[in-house]
Amino acid sequence: MNIEKRYIRKGSLEKLFEIIKSDSRTVVGPSARNDKISFKKIEKYSEITADYIQTTQSAKETAFPRTEKILDYSKNSDGISVIGTDLNEIPEIVLWGVRPCDTIGAGELSAIFNWDYRDEIYNNRKSHIAVLGFSCSKADEYCFCTSVGGNPGSTEGSDILFTRAGDDGDYLAEIMTEKGLQIASLAPDLFEKDGNVDKSGYLAKVPVKFDREQVREKLEKLFESGMWVDQSLKCLGCGACAYVCPTCACFDIQDEAHGRSGSRIRCWDSCGFSIFTLHTSGHNPREVQSQRWRQRIMHKFSYMPDRLAVYGCTGCGRCSRACPADMNILEQLISIQEAIV
Amino acid sequence: MDDLIKRAKELLESSRVKVVIGYENGTDGKTRALFAEKPGDADNLVFNSRCIMNLAAYVTKKEIRNKGKMALIATLPVMRAVIQLASEYQVNDDNLLVLGITPESKLIEFKDLAEVEKFVHQFQIEIDSRNKEMLDKIEKMTPSERWDFWIQELSPCFKCYACRAACPMCYCSRCTVDFNQPQWIPVPSHELGNLEWHIMRAIHLAGRCIDCDACYNACPLAIPLNLLTKRMLQDARENFGGYQPSLKADHLMSTFKPEDKDNFIL
Repeated sequence: MNIEKRYIRKGSLEKLFEIIKSDSRTVVGPSARNDKISFKKIEKYSEITADYIQTTQSAKETAFPRTEKILDYSKNSDGISVIGTDLNEIPEIVLWGVRPCDTIGAGELSAIFNWDYRDEIYNNRKSHIAVLGFSCSKADEYCFCTSVGGNPGSTEGSDILFTRAGDDGDYLAEIMTEKGLQIASLAPDLFEKDGNVDKSGYLAKVPVKFDREQVREKLEKLFESGMWVDQSLKCLGCGACAYVCPTCACFDIQDEAHGRSGSRIRCWDSCGFSIFTLHTSGHNPREVQSQRWRQRIMHKFSYMPDRLAVYGCTGCGRCSRACPADMNILEQLISIQEAIV
Repeated sequence: MDDLIKRAKELLESSRVKVVIGYENGTDGKTRALFAEKPGDADNLVFNSRCIMNLAAYVTKKEIRNKGKMALIATLPVMRAVIQLASEYQVNDDNLLVLGITPESKLIEFKDLAEVEKFVHQFQIEIDSRNKEMLDKIEKMTPSERWDFWIQELSPCFKCYACRAACPMCYCSRCTVDFNQPQWIPVPSHELGNLEWHIMRAIHLAGRCIDCDACYNACPLAIPLNLLTKRMLQDARENFGGYQPSLKADHLMSTFKPEDKDNFIL
């Protein structure tokens, strides 16, 4: 349920950006580099890419950085001293230009980081992020948000959702939260009244390709299926899918020691890697790629809904776009739904 | 195309090979690997200019090798990879048959790897003009500019290791980065971790990289990491008479010749 519907002129977006910047907030938004569009810190409005279907990486790095120091330690004659992360140093970030399949992903990530333990650093980062979502007016054959509970104009996870809703390029602004209201209050003149526009006609058409409940039910009977071997034969065993995914949250803890002091670092990890489950004994419970691929699908479409009441996939299609072997997850999910058990 | 499908079917029907590794149509105009095990599977084989993945990355995978003798549809870079792999005892005439595709897109079936080698040796490995230009640009930089260039280019790397996974030469069952006692290369993808990983990767490919660009094509972030290996190829040409994969195990970087230059020793 949105708090307010407003209207913002196309040309006013740049002014909004400037006002947010002058409020000493960090703006992170989509920007092109080496022909790839990624989220990065934006200094000038012109760095923002507006015309894109999807960024290569998700926006999760703002709340869950790929590499994050969680503590420093040092040993001296008095013993050991440990200094944790200074939560006061966490910056205020405005995430600009996030697609609905990414804003929804933040909810799924939060479910993981608050499952049996409330992750203080993650939650703090998350609470300092204001999300300015932008609806999709275009989709490609990798997109499947509508098959996993989303849609190209979903407001879920956005503090304000902008939808291009007018032939002259103006935007409907759906202000969803207190945080959104606070952003809008920085520039009250820019948010015009009368936001009663029907946005549905301006959204991308993303046909429903499968039913995730059916996939979940099928998976319960497919653990021992030979289909995992067939599906994963071309998988090269890299971690690209996990690292571009908005909901993959697995991490590794590394200690980097320099003599008597050092740091503990949390960094992304991926279930696609053979060493992910390698035991000290040398035994590996997931010793072949088919078992790792099965884990990826099971985790997102069976274990997460079982344990966290959320699915681990938003249909953004990033994993399929990033895969060097073209493991198209949509095709695989359809074949799981159609599998004869 | 038709003769490719026909030949793949014959090989599978006669059980001369157990699997034909080729390309099929993938998503969004891309192609991807196809593993044809039954003659009917071969109907999906395609070959066109979009078949850029180096399929030699699959011939060292246990899951594929366990199927039995493999036939590999191989363009020139794939053939080069096969010869390098053969010289490292990873493939041989007993487990691999090469169905070559010439630069003119003609099918050419090789009796054995020696014939593949002969074919491969008709061509020099040439660095394309765009990358050559880039190498020249980097060469002209001062050391500190070059340092900044690489720190900048490598900074997006999140260590998904797609470059390693797609590289036909990266077949080690356990990569140096996966060792943690001791931890040779830092795991985090911070500045030092990324730098050490990419230097280590490039150095392990010295005198082995066949310049297929599989690493670059696989990189989801389009990091130009292939410039490192291309530069090594240039150095090999200037200092050691050039690199050409060969069945003889006289590897460029591990074989000393009295006439080798030593002007790189400071």
